[in-house]
Amino acid sequence: MRWRRTTIARVAAEPLDQSRIAWLMAVAACALVPHGAHLPGWLIAVAALLFTWRLAQWKLGWPGASGLVKLLVVVACCAGVSLTFGRLFGREPGVALLTLMLVLKLHELRSTRDGHTVVLLGYFMLLTAFLYSQTPAMAAALGVSMTVITAALIALTGPPASPRALMRHAAWLMAQALPFMLVLFVLFPRVPGPLWGLPLDAWSGTSGLSDSMSPGSISQLSLSGAIAFRVRFEGDAPPARDLYWRGPVLSTFDGRTWRQGDSARRIGDRVPHPVPGRALGYEVTLEPHNRNWLFALETVSTLPAGVRVSDDWQLSARDGVRTRRRDRFESVLGARPGIEEWSAHLDAARQLPPDGNPRARQLAQTLRAASPADTVAAGLRLFRREAFVYTLTPPLLGEDGIDAFLFDTRRGFCEHYAGAFVFLMRAAGLPARVVTGYQGGERNEVDDYVVVRQSDAHAWAEVWLEGEGWRRVDPTAAILPSRIERGLADLPAGEPVPFVARVDLGWLRALRHQWEAANNSWNQWVLSYDQQKQRELLSRLGMAQPDWRLMTIWLASLCALFALALTLWAMRRSVSVDALARAWAAVDRALRPAGLGREAWEGPLDYAARIGRLRPDLVPVLAQACRLYADARYGAAPPAAAARELKACARALRRQRTPPHR
Amino acid sequence: MREAIRRWLATLGGSPALPLTLDRRRIFVLPTGPGLAFGCALLAMLLTAINYTLSLGFALVFMLAGLGQVALLHAFRNLYALKLRETVPEPVFAGQHASFPLWLDNDASRARPALQLAMPGADPVTIDLAPKQSRAVMLRVPATRRGWLSPARVTLDTRYPLGLIRAWSYAKPAQRCLVLPQPESGRPPLPATAAGEAGVRPRGEGSEEFASLRDHRAADSPRHVAWKTSARTPDAPLLTKQFEGSDGGDLWLDLARLPATLSLEQQLSRLTGWVIDADAAGLHYGLALPGTRIAPSGGPAHRARVLRALALHGLPA
Repeated sequence: MRWRRTTIARVAAEPLDQSRIAWLMAVAACALVPHGAHLPGWLIAVAALLFTWRLAQWKLGWPGASGLVKLLVVVACCAGVSLTFGRLFGREPGVALLTLMLVLKLHELRSTRDGHTVVLLGYFMLLTAFLYSQTPAMAAALGVSMTVITAALIALTGPPASPRALMRHAAWLMAQALPFMLVLFVLFPRVPGPLWGLPLDAWSGTSGLSDSMSPGSISQLSLSGAIAFRVRFEGDAPPARDLYWRGPVLSTFDGRTWRQGDSARRIGDRVPHPVPGRALGYEVTLEPHNRNWLFALETVSTLPAGVRVSDDWQLSARDGVRTRRRDRFESVLGARPGIEEWSAHLDAARQLPPDGNPRARQLAQTLRAASPADTVAAGLRLFRREAFVYTLTPPLLGEDGIDAFLFDTRRGFCEHYAGAFVFLMRAAGLPARVVTGYQGGERNEVDDYVVVRQSDAHAWAEVWLEGEGWRRVDPTAAILPSRIERGLADLPAGEPVPFVARVDLGWLRALRHQWEAANNSWNQWVLSYDQQKQRELLSRLGMAQPDWRLMTIWLASLCALFALALTLWAMRRSVSVDALARAWAAVDRALRPAGLGREAWEGPLDYAARIGRLRPDLVPVLAQACRLYADARYGAAPPAAAARELKACARALRRQRTPPHR
Repeated sequence: MREAIRRWLATLGGSPALPLTLDRRRIFVLPTGPGLAFGCALLAMLLTAINYTLSLGFALVFMLAGLGQVALLHAFRNLYALKLRETVPEPVFAGQHASFPLWLDNDASRARPALQLAMPGADPVTIDLAPKQSRAVMLRVPATRRGWLSPARVTLDTRYPLGLIRAWSYAKPAQRCLVLPQPESGRPPLPATAAGEAGVRPRGEGSEEFASLRDHRAADSPRHVAWKTSARTPDAPLLTKQFEGSDGGDLWLDLARLPATLSLEQQLSRLTGWVIDADAAGLHYGLALPGTRIAPSGGPAHRARVLRALALHGLPA
């Protein structure tokens, strides 16, 4: 018999044995691997080095890191973190320091308490991995990691067991925790974050339109297949050519770059003018892009709460969009707002730099016609008539870029055309501005969402006409109408087409639709599960007016219910269900339908005697069965063999239980 | 204060006297130190998840909270319906360790790992019970003084499976351990018998009278086997003839004859040593204490009786 003697106070300080240390190394590996993609390279190297050293110490008996070495590593790495990120606090430095703590802790595993520290750090590292990726694949991977960490926790407490058994045990515990998780996830009152000011780097790495436009800015974005937002229309989706998703409006020009003007800075909570017409309702789920503007179809007639609009009809949220957000808008397609525009805004929309692009200015004078509308038409005709080429890879333009584009290169992307067109209109004396945003969108047949990607980024022009308001003019449509009809897939041959926009790979596209629809449901129901979705789901489940009080009551009751169910399971008297008992029960089941079941008070031999009197034909088999059971249960016969024979008896009895015909 | 709470807890589910089956009223659960740290970490993780609106972060935190809940139930279940009983501890000499045997009966078809038994003054013992296994745990307490040593309250606890929750229960063993006086080391040889001969006198010689027959023991001399009786009933076990000295040649261990300079404990200690010596030499010996006389005899039962008298001499019953 092996005794393990400890004292209560010493339990926490009990030295760790080799198998437990191995488990803790596995914890560190599981917690660190998901972070490999975004930690700075030098830190990965340091972590790998320390980990390998510990591995060598464990496997090859190398000496461990001394206190001095550890101190030096800490100081050097803190300096490194602060050099790399510019500070020691915040998301990225925090994750880096956690990584460091975890690998260093591996070098001082003295007691169970150190083991618990590693496990808690491991769990925390899993949480921080979600800061970078929350895809279903990541969730699955971290589920496995969590099982490993939980198994390590069991290994720290329990007797030695095989890794397989520990993993199975951990999975079993997690399966039991799952109902609690689901109840809490659905019912835990969601507080809209953030609770405190987030560090600046919290949302780095998001892409989208910017607040300025210079040649090349949109074409670069167009190469990305990333999803900008998803739309669900109430009713049929309008054709793609009508889908102009309005983004930042750019009304000042410095000769090279278009920027937002004063009209973009006058922001109100209501649309500047009522928009008559039949409104189309739809819901936009916007991916985070770290800017505060929102995208809606031209022209928005109804604003949801929390959305503001500028004088040039650019929608924005109060803060940058840092998490996926959902808004319901109503728009009237084809409306022309701004019949009564402020003269200050109109003046601003005629501004040009005092000099530069002389040829374009000259050209604009030739475009001037009797009416402003004719001037616009003349401008569009120019683009259609001359040999302009629509390309994602335009040549670089130097000084007087608009002149160079209009007269020399004649190759450009939508931002070139929109910028040049607005320049011409302004030079011709008409108020005009550049509108950036997205155009089109692809309907996913699987879930009926319209998906708008970064590759749908677009720029067009708006010209103000007396008595009509702001008219949308898309010079790109004049050059390449199919761009507006069918997206980038119809670029002239030889042009690089963004991979996601290709049409020739039909099956691939179908597969992508499936995948994106699954991703979308994941986003809509798991990742964007917020206050609004929570209310929506709960009222669908029949909870009228779900508020936090009701939710708390439900939460507590359901948790209590699960706890009770588990408690009952825990307290269920474990009836002896070994093989012998099961086989004996099978004998009883075989005879019970014939009214020959065993009474609860009957011993096996009494039972055999009684049935023998009732049904002498069963005696040989039944007597053998009862003797087998009695010998194995009360005597010295091996129970496993007896159980097998007993089962055979049960089968025989089942065949014989109907009385033979006399 | 803590002790008072423990005493009160111990009586909550009824008397903690053994034997007992641990039911739900006798099992208490509270988070351990690591469990509290786990709770704090969960809170920090929850705040992080709220702050960064991490949906999967919420899921992770809730999963861990669920694990905590499950750990509680499993720790409880690890003790639930466990049966505890005790057996009589073997007498020990003062200066040795008294071993209180506590039996754990696992009737369940599941294992009960990492059970820890602790008694104040004893080293805690951790054992793992296999399904349907019964095991005895020896709780070893140093025995310092002769007399009865009563076992203290036993705490049975487990942190299995996750170490976050401690489930525990109390039991009060009743079987006392008899602590015999410590045999004097470097003691003088056995005293002379009443007949004046040297202390060591083999039994069975000379002029004793035949007294009785008893069962044959392997150590008995063949000369004392009642061969005639055995010849009459060949199937019966061998018998040994017993003789009783009439000449007062038996060894009397008398407290009163020991030097008065020794304290009572030292005297008892010396007598204890002599009992061991006499028993080892196979002598018949008797014990004379003030108020107690045990007639000379031999054998383990006699030895136990004599030692018990020595252990309890002068102590309140």
